[in-house]
Amino acid sequence: MNTNQYETVIILTPVLSEQQMKDAVAGYRELITGNGGKLVHEENWGLTKLAYPIQKKGTGFYHLFEFTANPEFIKSFELAFRRDERVLRYLTVKLDRWGVDFNQRKRNGELRTVTPQGEKVVVKKKVVIEEDEL
Amino acid sequence: MSKETNFIFNQTPQVLQKKKYCRFKKHGIRYIDHKDAEFLLKFVNEQGKILPRRITGTSLKYQRKISVAIKRARHLALLPFLADGLK
Repeated sequence: MNTNQYETVIILTPVLSEQQMKDAVAGYRELITGNGGKLVHEENWGLTKLAYPIQKKGTGFYHLFEFTANPEFIKSFELAFRRDERVLRYLTVKLDRWGVDFNQRKRNGELRTVTPQGEKVVVKKKVVIEEDEL
Repeated sequence: MSKETNFIFNQTPQVLQKKKYCRFKKHGIRYIDHKDAEFLLKFVNEQGKILPRRITGTSLKYQRKISVAIKRARHLALLPFLADGLK
C-alpha cells in the first residue's frame, strides 16, 4: 500500500469554546488514525487573527495535522471538512521530500531563514492572540 | 558644490548596478513554507501583490514556488488578498 505524507491546516470557528474546539480536533485525529493514517506531528496555533474576514469572523482556531496516509483517504477526509460547519477553511498539501525534511528540521529547531540583508535569523514563533484582547 | 556632483555621478551608478541574486539558490533553500506568513511578506508589495522576479531577483524555479506558497497562505487567511499599507 502506498502512502504519502500530508499536511493539513484547518481553521475552526471562534464561536466554539475551548473544549468544543478540542473535541472537534480530537474527532479529526481519530479519523486519521482510524483509517490507517499515522500522525507525524500536530500543532495548535490557538485563536489567531485572520488576514481578512471569513464568514464575517475575524479570528479562528488554527490547527495543523501532519500525517502519513493512503491517497484515497484524503478524499473522505476533506469531505468531512466540507460537511462540518465548524470548519471555516482547510488546506491539505502533499509534502514532497523537501517538505518532509523542512518540517522535520523546523520541529528540531534547526531551521533558519534569511533576511533580505543576507543575515540569518532563527524562525520566530507564531504570535498567538490572547482571548481577552478580542 | 563640485564635490557634491562628483559624489552623485561617481556613486549612484555603482549602487544601481549591484547584482541581484536568488536567495534560495544562494542559501540552498529547497522548500518554501506556506505557513510562514512573515517570510512570504518579503515577496509582496504594500498592497499584498506578488512582486515580480525583476525586483526580488528570485530565479524562475523559486518564483513559481513562491507564488504558489503565497496563494496558499492567502487561502488560509495568513496573507490578505488585498491590503492597504501592509508594510
